[in-house]
Amino acid sequence: MRKLILLIAAGALAAVTSVAGAATLDDVRAKGHVQCGINTGLPGFAYKDEAGEWQGFDVDYCRAVAAAVFGDAGALKYTNLTGATRFEALKAGEIDVLSRNTTWTYSRDNDLKLTFVGVNYYDGQGFIVNKALGVESAHDLEGASVCIQTGTTTELNLADFFRANGMNYEPVPIENNEEARQNYLAGRCDVYTTDRSGLAATRASLENPDDHVVLPEIISKEPLGPLVRHGDDEWGDIARWTLNVLILAEEYGIDSGNVNELAEGTNNPEINRMLGTEGEFGAMLGLDQNWVVNVINAVGNYAEIFDRNIGPDTAIGLSRGVNASYLDGGILYAPPFR
Amino acid sequence: MEGRGHIVHEKAQTLPPPVMSVGIARWLKDNLFSSPSNVVLTFVVIYVLWLIVPPFLDWAIFDAVWYATSRAECWDTGDGACWAVVVTRFDQFVYGDYPVSERWRANLAFVLLFVALAPVLFDGIPWRRHLVGFSIAYPVVAYILLIGGFGLPEVETARFGGFLLTIVIGITGISASLPLGILLALGRQSDLFIIRVLCVAFIEFIRGVPLITLLFVASTLLNYFMPPGTSFNLLVRVLIMVTLFSAAYLAEVIRGGLQAMPAGQYEAAKSLGLPYWKTMRLVILPQALKISIPGIVNSFIALYKDTTLVIIIGLLDPLGIGKATLSDTTWQGLSTEVYVFVAIFFFLCCFGMSRYSAWLERRLHTGH
Repeated sequence: MRKLILLIAAGALAAVTSVAGAATLDDVRAKGHVQCGINTGLPGFAYKDEAGEWQGFDVDYCRAVAAAVFGDAGALKYTNLTGATRFEALKAGEIDVLSRNTTWTYSRDNDLKLTFVGVNYYDGQGFIVNKALGVESAHDLEGASVCIQTGTTTELNLADFFRANGMNYEPVPIENNEEARQNYLAGRCDVYTTDRSGLAATRASLENPDDHVVLPEIISKEPLGPLVRHGDDEWGDIARWTLNVLILAEEYGIDSGNVNELAEGTNNPEINRMLGTEGEFGAMLGLDQNWVVNVINAVGNYAEIFDRNIGPDTAIGLSRGVNASYLDGGILYAPPFR
Repeated sequence: MEGRGHIVHEKAQTLPPPVMSVGIARWLKDNLFSSPSNVVLTFVVIYVLWLIVPPFLDWAIFDAVWYATSRAECWDTGDGACWAVVVTRFDQFVYGDYPVSERWRANLAFVLLFVALAPVLFDGIPWRRHLVGFSIAYPVVAYILLIGGFGLPEVETARFGGFLLTIVIGITGISASLPLGILLALGRQSDLFIIRVLCVAFIEFIRGVPLITLLFVASTLLNYFMPPGTSFNLLVRVLIMVTLFSAAYLAEVIRGGLQAMPAGQYEAAKSLGLPYWKTMRLVILPQALKISIPGIVNSFIALYKDTTLVIIIGLLDPLGIGKATLSDTTWQGLSTEVYVFVAIFFFLCCFGMSRYSAWLERRLHTGH
């Protein structure tokens, strides 16, 4: 009996250590695809198109990683994850990278032992109200009923905001955006609060968007980004630099239209390093020399991804705001590629 | 013969029965207007129906838009339901991500399902004896068709979705949990201490835990216990959990049937010298199961509807497909249409099961 227990314990230990310490890149190469965790559905960030393919801002990052590793954005499989299962799936090794509008927080980084590889969207929590209420600021919301998604950071932020301002509110707990939308439209809550990207999507889906206003206050920082497991820095670096080159490509004017032309060599050494005509940079990550070319060919640069999925010309209609490159007054900034 | 002038010779004309005692008028009088309170109730109900049904029909049928390329186009065309979302995404609702070129396999498996079910469900089928052989082989046939093998390219179970997923989980759960439930019920009544304790512990544990919890265990915890490198198929894990869950409930339903058997039945079987399994198979179970039919079908219907819980662990059942569809800004906001559509599907399935159970009860009715 004791032997059996020892055996099981050893097996469990082996399982845990191998999950934590395995060379994810080798595993990914061996199975032939990147397993990417995405949302079960969030407008602009992850949704199914008419052909049944997943599309969206978060999904494009998955494509970029697949293109970086395999040179083929199609070498990719998705696992749909809810807010409750996303971290467990990553920690248990069911997915290689999680790209599911996840806020980078202290406890998630340290307590849950996850590695955020950067921020691909600086979001913040806001409020949407019906114009007929005549509310112009979140400070006028004393006594309001608020639709709030349970189990998210937004729920805690909301409580903090109202407590700090000495106001009361009546929470109306809901599970997802769609439910919030229905409750809000039916008047069961005066206000709906979630990340402003979500509010923009909700507002766009209303029959008369102009009757509703997103209040100016932003009550929280919600830096959303992709993440990987603790314990495999090489894989974390691949995920991190896939994000960085998307941002760098925008800075240097590299996009899906001109990347192949620029990859033949330019006068700009940084571009040459990124696109593989100078130095041996791909090998440092264990990737192909032209991995950045593959990424940009597959999904374009950050601006292209943004504009295609959530930008001003889409139904979501978000402006770049703080998510503009630092060259344009935003805070997107990636370290140099050298 | 003179004095007989007062006698009428012609046969009296047969009058029709009073109008209120036959046909539709009689039915109305008996059922809707039999007493003052009944009259009031009838009018109240008619009024409520008048309030609900015409607007619903307007919304669902007369003002509805069936073909459009986006929700905005629906708004321009009509005021009613925008069924276009269901029409354009119909294939996704049915098959999920199942590859388009392989969908004939899912269709074939679905048709064969009825061929396999017919001899099990109805005893009047011609060549029933031979067809039962196919019913027993059906799980293998369905497995090969849906997943691949024998020259058919493999389709990953992660690509199963929509109604296909619901039917796979529902049918597998139902057909696997019934035998397991019977064994557990018998085990719980067994004279063998170990078997009895194991069965009681299993039933009580599973019944004491919500299905959602079991699904979470299936989706996350199990992977920690597996040896590294084995990826144990998520769908299989879910099937096992759903089956175990349903079996525990069925065991209790069937135990109710077993306990309703008079002791004389057991004693009569024993006096004939029947061993345990023959007693059960020939005497006890046929009667106990017959009593339990409503409870068993009740459990089946509950299981079938519980399959929608798999969305929590990221499997795209019809509701999951609905959510993924509604996240497309083209169709965002049409949740009513999507949910009504999915509800109709579930209603048809569950109503079918319930009708079959009613038919079976009448057919096996021997109390006359």
